[in-house]
Amino acid sequence: MAPAPTQQQKVDLREPPSWRRTKNRIATTLMVLSFTLVTIPLGFVLFTVIAKGASVINWSFLTSSIPPNVLPASFGGIGPAVLGTLEITALATVLAVPLGVLGAVYLNEYGGSRPLARLIGFMSDVMTGVPSIVMGLFIFSIWVLHFGFSGLAGAFALGCLMLPIVIRSTDEMLKLVPDSLREGSYALGATKARVTLTVVLPAALGGIVSGALLAVARAAGETAPLLFTILTVTTANPNVFSGANTSLPSQIFVNASSPYVGAQGRGWGAALTLIAIAFILMIAARLVTARFARFVR
Amino acid sequence: MESPEPNIVTNLPRPAVTARPQAESAPGEVIFDLKNVSIWYSAFKAVTDVSLTVHENEITALIGSSGSGKTTVLRALNRMNDLVAGARLEGELSYRGEPLYGKDVSATAVRRRIGMVFQKPNPFPKSIYDNVAYGPRINGERAKDKLDEIVERSLRRAALWDEVKSRLRMSGLSLSGGQAQRLCIARTIAVEPDVVLMDEPASALDPIATGAIEDLMRELKSQFTIVVVTHNMQQATRVSDRTAFFYVLTHSETDTRTGVLVEYGSTEQIFQDPRDSRTKAYVTGRMG
Repeated sequence: MAPAPTQQQKVDLREPPSWRRTKNRIATTLMVLSFTLVTIPLGFVLFTVIAKGASVINWSFLTSSIPPNVLPASFGGIGPAVLGTLEITALATVLAVPLGVLGAVYLNEYGGSRPLARLIGFMSDVMTGVPSIVMGLFIFSIWVLHFGFSGLAGAFALGCLMLPIVIRSTDEMLKLVPDSLREGSYALGATKARVTLTVVLPAALGGIVSGALLAVARAAGETAPLLFTILTVTTANPNVFSGANTSLPSQIFVNASSPYVGAQGRGWGAALTLIAIAFILMIAARLVTARFARFVR
Repeated sequence: MESPEPNIVTNLPRPAVTARPQAESAPGEVIFDLKNVSIWYSAFKAVTDVSLTVHENEITALIGSSGSGKTTVLRALNRMNDLVAGARLEGELSYRGEPLYGKDVSATAVRRRIGMVFQKPNPFPKSIYDNVAYGPRINGERAKDKLDEIVERSLRRAALWDEVKSRLRMSGLSLSGGQAQRLCIARTIAVEPDVVLMDEPASALDPIATGAIEDLMRELKSQFTIVVVTHNMQQATRVSDRTAFFYVLTHSETDTRTGVLVEYGSTEQIFQDPRDSRTKAYVTGRMG
């Protein structure tokens, strides 16, 4: 005999009003509030730079030579500074990224927990905290005093700044490569160098590239290391290896300290250009990371 | 040359084994010969006094509960343990008569002859083609038509060719678990190894994929010698010719544990007529 259908008990699945619910509300409100507070200064910076810089920016502003400071903002441009920033940052990247990646490969794949590897890892972390102006002074005393101002000296200073960032980000990416991949390669009779070159580095490539791009973006915006190394002139210098040079951040510094309204206007334009360059690099880093994300799981 | 009869460890009487016809009639050459092998990870003695022989063109299964040192022994056979800091081996371990841990022996050269398939499928983040061609390439094969041929032959032998032939350029990570494991097997046999070691090759797979891997192992037996670690006793009975049963010994006084080989013999004997009470308890499912 089937039992008679009984009345099903009603279940209340709603969250009962309680202290827990209140705590949740308070915490959510605080989080939203803090996020808003954080975006305020960021928004102001962007707003100000765009408001003051956008009006002067056009193609000829980016390519024309730097005029005398007395001329109004509609004259001339910041061409030499754009050129300088591009060539100095590119040279710094060429110097620092291979060195940093190789250093991280040593730390992660070869050094293990040897004292030397630990020391290098520690020193690299310390180097991250060295103020950028100290890097500039360092290059000034060991290079500029002997060989004079040049884009190369600036690239050395920026490279010193980028190096620890590249080492740290590459190291983190290499740590993410699962050991099972390394073992799979070893099991086929690969040597350590082969495992590193053909399995570990390709698997970490996306992260390494995006880490390097972030380091480049950071270096491109640095002023202090360049003040003592490239001198900041107003003429374009396509030769990055000799002669004084100029760059966007140091040009902004010079223009901002100038009493002339025109120069200040060009400074704002240069600031916006710099932000745009950093923004483009960040987006490139994101795209590269997304492209290679499937490799690091 | 060792006696072709199965070894029994720990002073047990030699059994009158009624081995499978194959093991009885034509036992292959001795591939691995382990005598009193103990393996340490720093101060931890993972396995103690293991002695057994592995024969050519047979499947040897290593069974036993977790922590009994099966995988450690397996990884010692192609010197994968060299990658673990602090690992060392005592005793004699020879491969085709040559001491595997001899002075001039290169672990790289060893691994080119003795391949390994891992518990979790680990295809490289490369295309299916490049995964299989990886081994031949590191051995110096560059000719495109030769590589094409090796890739096709290996994938066919691993029973994967028909499923992937139209998408050889796709990432090896796009395959399902069972396919990925067969890809790893194809990658391993692409270098024409002498021995294939398998560390629980089907434990991460569903029953159908497991069946495919087991069929594959039986196929491959004619060309390779296979040593397989498995938790699955049915799998051991289904595929293996010989079975070694490992067991964890715990010393309550010193609070140490170590793996020992309790019994080694033909698979039939181990499962039908175990000599040791611990083996019996394990294979009948009362332990482990």
